[in-house]
Amino acid sequence: MTSRLLSANHAAGLAAVMAARANRTARGFCAAVYPITPQTECIEFLSSQAIEKGHVVHVESEHSAMGVCLGASATGARSFTASSSNGLAYMAENLIAAALLRLPIVIAAVNRTLGPPWSIWADHGDSLLFRDSGCIQIYCADNQEVFDSILLAFRLAEDPSVLVPAMVCLDGFVLSHTLCQTEVPEQEVVDRLLPAMDLPHRLTDTPVIFGGLAASPRQIEVHRYRHQDALDHVLEIYPAVQDEFEQALGRRPGNPVVHYRTEDAETVLLSAGSLASTVERAVDMARDKGERVGSLRLRMVRPFPFDHLRRALEGRRHVAVLDRDISLGFGGILGGEIRGCVPPGAAMQDYVVGLGGGDVRPEHVLDLVGDLRLRPDSPRSHLVEVGR
Amino acid sequence: MTARSTQTRVAAVAELESSCLLRPGNTNCGGCGMSIALQLLSRATAGRTVQLVVPPCCGWVTGGNYPHTAYGASVMASTLGSVGAVASGMANVARLNSEKTRVIAWAGDGATYDIGLAALSGAAERDEDVLFICYDNEIYGNTGGQRSSATPSGASTTTTPRGKRGAKKDIVGIMMAHQVGYVATVSLAHPDDAVRKMRFAVDARGFRFLHILSPCPTGWKADSSLSVHLVRLAVRGGLFPVLEARDGALVVNVRPEFSGVALAEYFSHQRRFRSGSVDVADILGAVGRHWAGLERWGARLENGEPLGPIGPQGSAAGPDGGAR
Repeated sequence: MTSRLLSANHAAGLAAVMAARANRTARGFCAAVYPITPQTECIEFLSSQAIEKGHVVHVESEHSAMGVCLGASATGARSFTASSSNGLAYMAENLIAAALLRLPIVIAAVNRTLGPPWSIWADHGDSLLFRDSGCIQIYCADNQEVFDSILLAFRLAEDPSVLVPAMVCLDGFVLSHTLCQTEVPEQEVVDRLLPAMDLPHRLTDTPVIFGGLAASPRQIEVHRYRHQDALDHVLEIYPAVQDEFEQALGRRPGNPVVHYRTEDAETVLLSAGSLASTVERAVDMARDKGERVGSLRLRMVRPFPFDHLRRALEGRRHVAVLDRDISLGFGGILGGEIRGCVPPGAAMQDYVVGLGGGDVRPEHVLDLVGDLRLRPDSPRSHLVEVGR
Repeated sequence: MTARSTQTRVAAVAELESSCLLRPGNTNCGGCGMSIALQLLSRATAGRTVQLVVPPCCGWVTGGNYPHTAYGASVMASTLGSVGAVASGMANVARLNSEKTRVIAWAGDGATYDIGLAALSGAAERDEDVLFICYDNEIYGNTGGQRSSATPSGASTTTTPRGKRGAKKDIVGIMMAHQVGYVATVSLAHPDDAVRKMRFAVDARGFRFLHILSPCPTGWKADSSLSVHLVRLAVRGGLFPVLEARDGALVVNVRPEFSGVALAEYFSHQRRFRSGSVDVADILGAVGRHWAGLERWGARLENGEPLGPIGPQGSAAGPDGGAR
């Protein structure tokens, strides 16, 4: 294990390279990449590395990037790409195809708000476009978590009981361009964590059509049922995979819902990504004043950790969800999902905050704690302005 | 019939089917140019391991419903706009694993000329080890016959009921401009030339592109028995140049007659040209300009001779004695 000063973009790229090398004894690695701010350094790093039995294809669009990944993964190679914002939107058709074809492709989604108007700063509207696509979605709060989660994503996606794409989400600039000390394991450790990929339904010389016509509704029903079942499996195997990673790396990947000072908290603040780090500082400040406040970080958005959330919200009096996204015409996306896990009697409020990279500070979060106690319970999201 | 001879026949049929890209029992329309093209391609791929990439098109429906397949090779069903990209991924993995598998993209004009053009261009520019074959029926056939950028001027479709305005896109010129290793057009009326080109293209390395004029009796509103004849007329009239570009040389394999009579017959057999006003003299003019363009590319006949008098004047003085 060595400690290296890495941006999250380079951490994601390095983890992908190590995962690539780990599959050299199987059918190799084939990535496809296209630049877009703020993920570009990830693919630059990927392209700068020598990969035994690996190849990086420099395509003409994000749509084709995922197209190449489809072909590579369908023929049994480990595959990876990275994108952001409108690049992810442009990739959408093929990313949905990757999920429905049950191909374990890993995508680093470096969060950036969708345009126009064009802005390069972070919110989660881009990756949450794929909430319903059938991919695993993990949201990271620091660079180490990004590195570990890329490896974890390959492990989960390629599990024979799962076989779906996995998207690792990290906030643009806040993480992507910020250097942090990152623990990097030896290649042998990654080789053990990520055994040779063996896609059971890969294309061989046997004449079959992969992804052809399923004319009967029954076939689609069965297909979707199995896909849903596969995502449920992620949460079932997750503790065992956490154990594997802890033994190999000496650190345990985070739970689907990460608690911070929630033991006796009457009020919990729920958020995702690097926003949760700010919320945790606000929790410290509130605790200093004697308030019983805690933070919950939704690390895994898909599969949705119903049970973890139910347990985490049990007995709370106030629940605030901080959404760095908005479903226009509805409100905060996570708020809408989490409402069903809030126990009867608890008041919940959803705040849409930090869109387009709005700089959410601990003081803003403390204001929300005050607002939460006074605001009458409402299913409508409250839009908070923090931008200047 | 003895049990043994039955056994032998069954084995022979099984062997035939195993080397056949398009198996009996498929649901393609009678007279489908794509079916004929697949039969020719079967001869070119015999004894080789191939994987096909097929976007949603008639070639996709050809396969039939899951879990059946009419294809004698494994098929990756891609999205409509990413044939070139998906094939690139497959070809790279085959190369990384030192496999002899030849990856063949099998796409209609929509997935080649229109929505798939960027992915095709990207794969060509990267010189991916992919054979991209466009069977061009000049229409979105699978969705019931809408215009594409391969639809010729004057043809009525469900979205151009009074005839399409504007010329057919020159996909062969576009692909030659990419300076890839091999670009050729394939005439279904010249099977020896077709299979020779297909075989060369299957075995060659790097990016190769074949363009096939593929009559669609349903969309062209023509008798299904005339498909091959229509292609022959298109070649005779100079409407469909039969050529190949490799090693910096552009060779015309079949010298057209620039026959106005052939073109007039070509149009008269297809009811898609009835509602629009197709003027054979105008068409001959456009054909002449197209061939003048080919001459500028340096086109020569197979024996090395120049093409001879072409262009509007040359074509108007064709063997049939002119336009009308």
